[in-house]
Amino acid sequence: MSSLQFDIAHLLAGSLVLASFMMLYQDRLYALLNVYALHAGVLALSVAWQAYVQQAPHLYLTALIALVFKAIIIPVALHRIIKRLGIHREIENVIGIGLTMMAGIGLVALSMVVMLRVTPGADALAREDLAFALSVVLLGLLVMVTRRNAVSQVVGFMSLENGLVLAATGAKGMPLVVEISVAFSVLIAFIVIGIFLFRIRERFDSVDVQALDRFRGERR
Amino acid sequence: MSIDVLSAILVIPAVSAALLAILPGYRQTAKLNVVAALATFLTSLSLFVVEPVSGQYLLVDDLNKVFIVLTTFVSFTTSVFSASYIQHEIETGRLTPAFLRFYHAMYQTLMFAMNLALIANNIGLMWVAVEVATLTTVLMVGIYRTHEALEAAWKYFILGSVGIALALFGTILVYMAARPVVGEGLDGMVWSVLVKHAAQFDPALLNVAFVFLLLGYGTKVGLAPLHAWLPDAHAEGPTPISAVLSGLLLNVALYALLRFKMMLAVNLAAIAPGPLMVTMGLISVIFASLMLYRRRDIKRMFAYSSIEHMGIIVFAFGMGGPLANFAGLLHMTMHSLTKSAIFFAVGHIAQVKGTQKIADIGGLTVTNPVLGWGLMLGVVAIVGLPPLGIFMSEFLVVSSAFSHAPWLTVILVLGIIIALGGLLLRIGAVMFGEPKGPTAPAEASYVPMFTHLALVLMAGIYLPPGLVAGFQNVAKLLG
Repeated sequence: MSSLQFDIAHLLAGSLVLASFMMLYQDRLYALLNVYALHAGVLALSVAWQAYVQQAPHLYLTALIALVFKAIIIPVALHRIIKRLGIHREIENVIGIGLTMMAGIGLVALSMVVMLRVTPGADALAREDLAFALSVVLLGLLVMVTRRNAVSQVVGFMSLENGLVLAATGAKGMPLVVEISVAFSVLIAFIVIGIFLFRIRERFDSVDVQALDRFRGERR
Repeated sequence: MSIDVLSAILVIPAVSAALLAILPGYRQTAKLNVVAALATFLTSLSLFVVEPVSGQYLLVDDLNKVFIVLTTFVSFTTSVFSASYIQHEIETGRLTPAFLRFYHAMYQTLMFAMNLALIANNIGLMWVAVEVATLTTVLMVGIYRTHEALEAAWKYFILGSVGIALALFGTILVYMAARPVVGEGLDGMVWSVLVKHAAQFDPALLNVAFVFLLLGYGTKVGLAPLHAWLPDAHAEGPTPISAVLSGLLLNVALYALLRFKMMLAVNLAAIAPGPLMVTMGLISVIFASLMLYRRRDIKRMFAYSSIEHMGIIVFAFGMGGPLANFAGLLHMTMHSLTKSAIFFAVGHIAQVKGTQKIADIGGLTVTNPVLGWGLMLGVVAIVGLPPLGIFMSEFLVVSSAFSHAPWLTVILVLGIIIALGGLLLRIGAVMFGEPKGPTAPAEASYVPMFTHLALVLMAGIYLPPGLVAGFQNVAKLLG
C-alpha cells in the first residue's frame, strides 16, 4: 500500500473521530442532527476509500448504505419527527460541555493506548482503523450518557454504530454477512425507535427521558 | 434428513410467526402458538436420534443440544401458560386483539431468534440472532404502553443495544485475531474453525476481544454492574415474557459467552477467562441478594433472584473443570425450570389480585390455595432448600468450588444464605399473612407450573443416569 493511500484512510478515520467530538458540544437538536449527517457522510467516504484500497467491491455497497440511509434519510426523518412532535429543541446536558470534552479526550487516549498496544502484528491501516473505531464507539457512549433527551441518545447510539461499521470495514476481508447485518440492525433499530417515539408521544408531553424517570414502580 | 431437523427448528417458528401476524381471533391463535411451540420442541428432541451434519453456518454438538432442548421445552410450557394468561388480559381490556396478534408473532420470532443463536456456527450470525431476540423482547416489554412499561422498554433497549454493540466490537476483534491464521473470508468467523486454530491467535488481541464480549453479552446475561435493565423489563412486561426472559434469554447470552470461553481456553497465552467470570458472578450474587430485602414489587423481586442465580451459574462456569461445569449446567437447567414456574404462578396471582405490590397481596394459601402452595413450592426450590433440584445443584457448585478457592466459595455461600433470608422474609407475608385483595378463584392453567416443579423435585431426588452421562460429556467439552 502506498503511503498516500494510508494517509487518506488515516485522514478520513480521524475526521470521523473529529465529527464525534463535534457532537459533544452541540446544544440544539437540529444542529446535532446535522453533525450526525456529517458523521455518516465521512463514514461513507471512509468506507468507500477502504473499498478502493482493499479492492473489495462489496464495501461500496456498505458505503452507499451509509450515505443514503444514514446521512440523508435518517436525519431528514428525525427532523420531521422533531417538528411534528414539537419536541424541545434545546438539549439538556447532564454535565457541562467542558467536562464532557475532557472526558472525550480521555476516552480517545484510552482507546489509542489499548488498541495500538494489542495489535502490533496487524497491518498499520487496520490498527489505526480499529483504534479510531474504538474512539468513535466510546464517544458515542459518552453522548448517550451525557444527554437527557431521547432523540439525542438515539443519535449517540447511531454514531456508535458508525464506529462499528468503521471497525468492520477496517478488518480486511471480513465476510459480507456482517456488513449487511450491521446495516440491517441499524434499520431495525431505527424502526423500533420510531415506534417508541410515537408511543412516548401518545402518553407524554415530552421526549425527555427524565419525564420517564418519574415513576419506577419502587419509588417510595 | 439431518439437515432438515436443523432447519425445521428455525422454519417452524418463522412460519408460525408470519401466520400469527395475519390470523385473527385470539383463541385460535393462542392454540396455534402452543402447537407451533410443541412442534419445535418435538423436533428438537429428534436431535438425539439423528446426528445432524454441521456446516459453515449451523452447528450441533452436545453443548447446544442441552440448550436447545431446554429452550424449546420451556417455550412450549410458557406458551400454554401464555394462552390462559392472555385470555384474562383480553377480558380485562389490558390488551386489544390487534396487540395480541403482534404479541404472538413476536413470541414466535423470539423463539426463532433464540434457536438461531443456539445453533449458529458463525459468530456473526450468532450476534445477529441475539440482537433480533433483544429487539423482539424490547417490543414485548413495552406492549402495555403504560409509563412504567415504556420506561422499562426504553431502558432495556438502550442498555441492550450498547451491550450488543460492544459484543459486535468483540466479534470483529476475534476476526482480526483469526485472520492471519485462518485467512480472510468466511472461515474467520466460523466457530468450529476458530476453536481449532485458536492456539495460534495473537493472545493480546484475544484478551481485549474477550473483555468486550464479556461486557457485551454479560449485559444480556444480567451480570451485576450491567444489570440495570433487567428488573424493569421483568416487572413491566407481560408475565409470560418475564418467564421467557429469566428462563431462556439469559441462558442464550450465557451460551454465547461460553462459546468464546471455549475458544480462549485453547490459547494458553491468553488470559484465563475464568477469574473474570468468577468475579462478575460473585458480585452479582452478593449485590442481588442484598437487593432482595427492599423489594416492593413481586415480579421485580424474582427478577433480582434471577440475577443472583445467573451469578451462581457464571461463577460455576468460571471455576471450570468437569465437576464445576456439570454443576453449572445442572443449576442452569434447574433455575430455568423453577424460575419460569414461579413466574407462571406470579402471573396468575397478579391477575387475581390486580396488583404486583407485595404489600397488597396477602394470605394466598387461604384465598387461592393451589396457586399459593405452588408459588411456595417454587420459592422453597429457588432458595435452595432440600430435597429439590436447586439444592442439589447449588450443593454441587459449592462443593466443587471449595477445593479450588475456599474463600470465594465462602462468599458465594454467604450470598446464597442472604438471598434465602430475603426471599423467605418477603414471601412469608404474601403466603400466610392476613388475606388481602380480591379472593376470586383463578382461571389458571396449573399444568405448566406443576410440570416444571415436578421435574425439579424429581431432579433433586433422582437424576437419570442418561442425563448425568450427557451432562458429564458436555462438562468435559467446556473444559
